[in-house]
Amino acid sequence: MMETFPCELTQNPLRKIWMPCKKNGLPEKHISQRRVCMTNCPTLIVTVGLPARGKTYISKKLTRYLNWIGVPTKEFNVGQYRRECLKIYKSFEFFQPDNEEGLKVRRQCALAALKDVRQYLLLDGGQVAVFDATNTTRERRGTITKFAEQNGFKVFFVESVCEDQDVIAENIVQVKLDSPDYIDCNTEEAIADFMKRIKCYESAYQPLDEILDRNLSYIKIMDVGRRYLVNRVLDHIQSRIVYYLMNSHISPRSIYLCRHGESDLNITGRIGGDAGLTARGKEFAKCLLKFIHDQDINDLKVWTSQMKRTIQTAEALGVPYEQWKALNEIDAGVCEEMMYEEIQEHYPLEFALRDQDKYRYRYPKGESYEDLVQRLEPVIMELERQGNVLVICHQAVMRCLLAYFLDKSADELPYLECPLHTVLKLTPVAYGCKVEPVCLSVEAVNTQRDRPENVDVQRTTEDALHTMPAHF
Amino acid sequence: MAASQQQQPRSTGGLLENGSEGKRTEPRTNEKKCSWASYMTNSPTVIVMIGLPARGKTYMSKKLTRYLNWIGVPTKVFNLGVYRREMVQSYKSYDFFRHDNQEAMQIRKQCALVALQDVKSYLNEEGGQIAVFDATNTTRERREMIRHFAQEHEYKVFFVESICDDPEVIATNILDVKVSSPDYPERDRESVMEDFLKRIECYKVTYQPLDPDEHDKQLSFIQVINVGRRFLVNRVQDYIQSKIVYYLMNIHVHSHSIYLCRHGESHHNVEGRIGGDAQLSDRGKQFATALKEFVEEHRLSDLKVWTSQLRRTIQTAEELGVPYEQWKILNEIDAGVCEEMTYHMIEEKYPEEFALRDQDKYHYRYPGGESYQDLVQRLEPVIMELERQGNVLVICHQAVMRCLLAYFLDKSADDLPYLKCPLHTVLKLTPVAYGCKVDMFDLKVEAVNTHRDRPLQGRVSAEGSQTLFLRRNSFTPLSSQDQLVKRPRLYSAGNPPKSRWPPQAPSLPSMELPEGPESNSQESLNHSSPEEPGNGVDS
Repeated sequence: MMETFPCELTQNPLRKIWMPCKKNGLPEKHISQRRVCMTNCPTLIVTVGLPARGKTYISKKLTRYLNWIGVPTKEFNVGQYRRECLKIYKSFEFFQPDNEEGLKVRRQCALAALKDVRQYLLLDGGQVAVFDATNTTRERRGTITKFAEQNGFKVFFVESVCEDQDVIAENIVQVKLDSPDYIDCNTEEAIADFMKRIKCYESAYQPLDEILDRNLSYIKIMDVGRRYLVNRVLDHIQSRIVYYLMNSHISPRSIYLCRHGESDLNITGRIGGDAGLTARGKEFAKCLLKFIHDQDINDLKVWTSQMKRTIQTAEALGVPYEQWKALNEIDAGVCEEMMYEEIQEHYPLEFALRDQDKYRYRYPKGESYEDLVQRLEPVIMELERQGNVLVICHQAVMRCLLAYFLDKSADELPYLECPLHTVLKLTPVAYGCKVEPVCLSVEAVNTQRDRPENVDVQRTTEDALHTMPAHF
Repeated sequence: MAASQQQQPRSTGGLLENGSEGKRTEPRTNEKKCSWASYMTNSPTVIVMIGLPARGKTYMSKKLTRYLNWIGVPTKVFNLGVYRREMVQSYKSYDFFRHDNQEAMQIRKQCALVALQDVKSYLNEEGGQIAVFDATNTTRERREMIRHFAQEHEYKVFFVESICDDPEVIATNILDVKVSSPDYPERDRESVMEDFLKRIECYKVTYQPLDPDEHDKQLSFIQVINVGRRFLVNRVQDYIQSKIVYYLMNIHVHSHSIYLCRHGESHHNVEGRIGGDAQLSDRGKQFATALKEFVEEHRLSDLKVWTSQLRRTIQTAEELGVPYEQWKILNEIDAGVCEEMTYHMIEEKYPEEFALRDQDKYHYRYPGGESYQDLVQRLEPVIMELERQGNVLVICHQAVMRCLLAYFLDKSADDLPYLKCPLHTVLKLTPVAYGCKVDMFDLKVEAVNTHRDRPLQGRVSAEGSQTLFLRRNSFTPLSSQDQLVKRPRLYSAGNPPKSRWPPQAPSLPSMELPEGPESNSQESLNHSSPEEPGNGVDS
């Protein structure tokens, strides 16, 4: 009665994912490899709002977050298209509602952008496209909705409504003055023109309406996050987007990232484990204390992992701190506590595979950077909610967090430089993040191993260990 | 940094001085066993429900409470209807609820005050963190009273208003839960419906919904409109409110069923080994086939199938011949150094660890591995997604299945690690009224029994605990606020056992569980899991 059991499995050697194999023993490209639950059809996020309401800020941030969690996302800023088209911006008059020529150009730009959206979502492997423009009229939104329907995209609107003049003014100062549109203007001229530009939109603005737009899926963000109206969230990705937007804020603050002090395993060139600090590591902890004092930070939270070396480092600060298991270093599975030389000796294939695709490579019985990112997502979410935070963590973990803040790709992430005894101060500014590295001059070993030239599985030991950092 | 944060550093003393030999069993003095979510909440919070009758307030209250307790935040529902029924022995008719019925109004106010006193006890003395005040709270006056009360005691307040104008939803609601309410012992549908609708009318007269634009714009709240079609969220203050909002936005009331089962029997199962990544035994493969028939028989429309990334669940799913999704977070609990050992081997090689685990199976973390508590944290996105989805079949593992089951059946941390989840058995969970119906399907394919009951000798008392060691890194998150606010911490509510284990730090307030707080399901229609053991071992 037992038929041949069809489910012989084979394990992808890089990602350690089990999948069924076809009769010839080769792995089958299986739907089970699809990213869990994210979304089946592509999603078009459409911003809505008057100028200087933070639409681009939201678009960029959302795009950064979605890419980081592994959802291919791209923003399409219609203003950019307009600048391509017009080459030179003269004045706000371009935006006047009765400027026929202006209207024509603007409509063309929107359509051009939508064309690129279609390309991205249908042909280039994109999953989410963020259509960043004012989209203030029901008519424009209708055009977009129709476009989405024709192409099988889901639509989710993100409207930003704000009447706080201070916020708007700050917005203009932070991002508009440096815009290519105002490259030849002085501050006063730029602000005056921009305010008139906003006026052009105001009369025709039709905000998303509770009744008229009740069948649309959207979130309306009011007063920079004080209040939200959420309508008809359709799927997992929209739910995550809403949660993310509701946790973000724009109050000024800084995030400090650093690793634990140098540990006993660090100096012997071993990875993983749960070692204590060396004398130099303890020295670093003391310097960290002084650094924190000098920075005079208001209400600083301190987070560590649950490994000895970060906890020891935090202990020296003499302040309350919170331990996150999610901040633990990447689990190197069977390679835990090994030196690179030993990994090369015992697992040369694994070692080569790792160099081939360090982001997706999962240690046998361990984790990959990709797994790490999933594990760290709640940390990122909480960092978004918080004010000033010092995160004392580990090399791979710090790389993941840094990649989130600095919008680094999966390829760059595993090679970001996060040396011991260096604090990175991250301050959100304009559309991105300012980084100030502070090297707390306490000597430590270098633990950075760059990608060697030869990643072939047949390579020699010498080639494999070529970029290995020195150790005792 | 604020000077106030310069207080006593955590005195973990000798622990930190050890070198890298990896000694794993030093005593930790300042251990606290609260969950991550629990200590991320600093001040206690009162969640205040608002809404006309039959708007799903109690449904949301109970569900939210179950979720919060599961993630480790001690939460309890205070349902005003229960208090009213205690005071007024028998309910006569909707006349009681007329707004001009002075005597009744007095009684109802009295009930509210008594309930608030109980809230105070729960939050101040019994280690509760969140109290859900489940009543209509439809007038501004009543809400003001509650806000005053909260302010007095330094609790945060978060309102959850349910607004619904869909008559069908309301009618269904009444039929689902009101017909069987203690208020209507005769249960004649029509008359119940009639009386209840009149009851709602009584409230409508004085109903003042939250006004986000003017009167209530400073309050923190969420308005749930038409069963989740729309939400208005105002001034979320902190982590736990953010999670509450996220949770409420993900739950739905459409009928659906969740099927939980383990992978088919594996080679390791047969050998009595834990963990690992073994393949299915022959009987395991038979189970997979039986599971396929089961799925076909039940004609489950649009069924999603989820597995872990371990071979045995994937092999099981493969046999079904339908698309499935692999979740790494559904992987079995990581037994660290004990991976692939039999219990016998563990007892021999790590006798102390073995004993520790039996003493507090929920919090015990394997060296280099995980605890059930870690598992719950890891599984939270799964739960959230299960709430969003329709019909799902989750093919997972023993410890994982226990955690998921505990969420659906509102089992405490104490019971969770001993829930019975035998191989080759499918549990069908269907939300019904305020709880979850469980149907067990034994697919009649023999398998080994992998269940280890709670050991009979009971627990070590707190005094005898000085000599016991806790795992290093066995999890002692400290909130920055903890050192300022001396509050006993609980890691889970529900049905507290008589005595508790963890060794106490002399400097910390006692973690003894309170006498008293009953389980949340006083009047819930929670059907008990078929696993309630009748073999004399309390589980």
